[in-house]
Amino acid sequence: MANPVLRTDTGGVPIDGRAAARASAHVTIRGLTKHFTDAVVYDRFDLDIPRGKLISVFGPNGCGKSTLINMIAGLVPSDAGEILFDGKPLRDIKFGYVFQNYREALFPWLRSIDNIQYPLKLMKLAKAERHARTERLLANLGVKIDLNRYPYELSGGQQQLVSIMRALVVEPEILFLDEPFSALDYEMTLFMRDQLQRIFVETGTTTVLVSHDLEEAVYLADRILLLSRRPASIADYVHYDAARPRADATLSEAEFVRIKAHCLEVFQREVRKG
Amino acid sequence: MRSIRFDPYLPIIGVIGLIVIWYIAVWYRVVDPVLLPSPTDTFRALWKGMAGGRLGFDFWRTLERTTLATLIAAAISIPLGIFLGSSEKLYRSVEFVVDFFRSTPASAMFPLFLVLFGVGDKTKISVAAFGAALVILFNVAYGVMNARKTRLLAAKVMGASRFRVLTDVMLLESLPQTFVGLRNGVSLALVIVVVAEMFIGSTDGLGHRVFESQQLFAMPDMYAAIFAAGALGYGFNLLFMLVERRFVHWSGK
Repeated sequence: MANPVLRTDTGGVPIDGRAAARASAHVTIRGLTKHFTDAVVYDRFDLDIPRGKLISVFGPNGCGKSTLINMIAGLVPSDAGEILFDGKPLRDIKFGYVFQNYREALFPWLRSIDNIQYPLKLMKLAKAERHARTERLLANLGVKIDLNRYPYELSGGQQQLVSIMRALVVEPEILFLDEPFSALDYEMTLFMRDQLQRIFVETGTTTVLVSHDLEEAVYLADRILLLSRRPASIADYVHYDAARPRADATLSEAEFVRIKAHCLEVFQREVRKG
Repeated sequence: MRSIRFDPYLPIIGVIGLIVIWYIAVWYRVVDPVLLPSPTDTFRALWKGMAGGRLGFDFWRTLERTTLATLIAAAISIPLGIFLGSSEKLYRSVEFVVDFFRSTPASAMFPLFLVLFGVGDKTKISVAAFGAALVILFNVAYGVMNARKTRLLAAKVMGASRFRVLTDVMLLESLPQTFVGLRNGVSLALVIVVVAEMFIGSTDGLGHRVFESQQLFAMPDMYAAIFAAGALGYGFNLLFMLVERRFVHWSGK
């Protein structure tokens, strides 16, 4: 973020040296530390995630890409450090999380529509309200799936779309996706990328996407977070500002090619360090 | 195309084959005719026995005992299995005891249960329930423990409390394995009930019918009772499979 002077934030944020940085960011991560029994994965890691942007996380195998979003989303406890969303802890915000393995993340005993509405049930919303919210979401996304079917009756891509809708139906402030398309075939992956892009453009939700495919990471992102090997640090945090909606032609534009080449160079440098 | 049309009828071939071999064996006197009556005599005895004869009553008594034993076993083991399975540490601490008694032949427990419950239905039913309970317990606990981690995480990440995770995810995740336990449990209960009916001062039941027919050398009756027991066992299995297919439609998918 080149311009440090942005909007005033909501209350509760301590005024200190980092206040300006905090005000510009949706998520602030400070001093994040995580040890596994055999390795230090994160050591006093700092990161800001800007509001309303799509961030791709990319890095060498096993560097802790998924661990990072799992800590942010509270699936994995951190050993030390602080993660705040507009100055609030995770338990005070609504967020969505999409797993790589949609087959195991959806509930096969519920119809797709009931899968999508499950988080609303947890929020104890009345049936009419649940229905209204789902309808609104479906109308926004223009999804053409028979949602009265059970998940196992749908194709892989459709199941992952149901997962994404389940994550979006709570109208989350932030959406996490952990390699959401890596279990799909290439044709379906291309289709789903554009679905995700459309959803992002529709909703403007701050989105963090872990990807193991550099093309996908750049194509979808406003910023690409490149991680180093363990203990992970920010190798680069690249801006990519191409207009949306991006399409196949984007992949051959000079700017895309340049950014991707730069990311690849950083990635290779990090891999060789190991 | 042709194979699809005939596929559902394939099992009949085995049945016909068995009956044909049986007829041939009787025809050529491969086995002493006193020991092996013809299929016709056997099925006549089966028909007469089941349609208003003694055999029908014995069939009903065995059905009753097995059902009761399985119900008791399920009523104890399903909640207990969920409780034990919900904590891996808890299950590991009782695993050896469960496995030990699961491996102990239930028939070895008869004398003990006779002392406890006397010579009567209580003993037969409780030994059968004991055997079935351990099989069901083990399967339910494993079903709960092997609940897909991603699914549990998915519920947790959506804000489900520990209790909601248990009721909304773990219970349903364990259902397919629970049905495996119920099917195995009812089979074992039937085995134990039939054995008990043979030897523990019984006056009715399929075990009693088989044993008595043998003592009286009424071979068609004996074979008829064996087939009735087979049909009962198969029927139980089929029933659980149909119930499972209806209520656990996602099993194996």
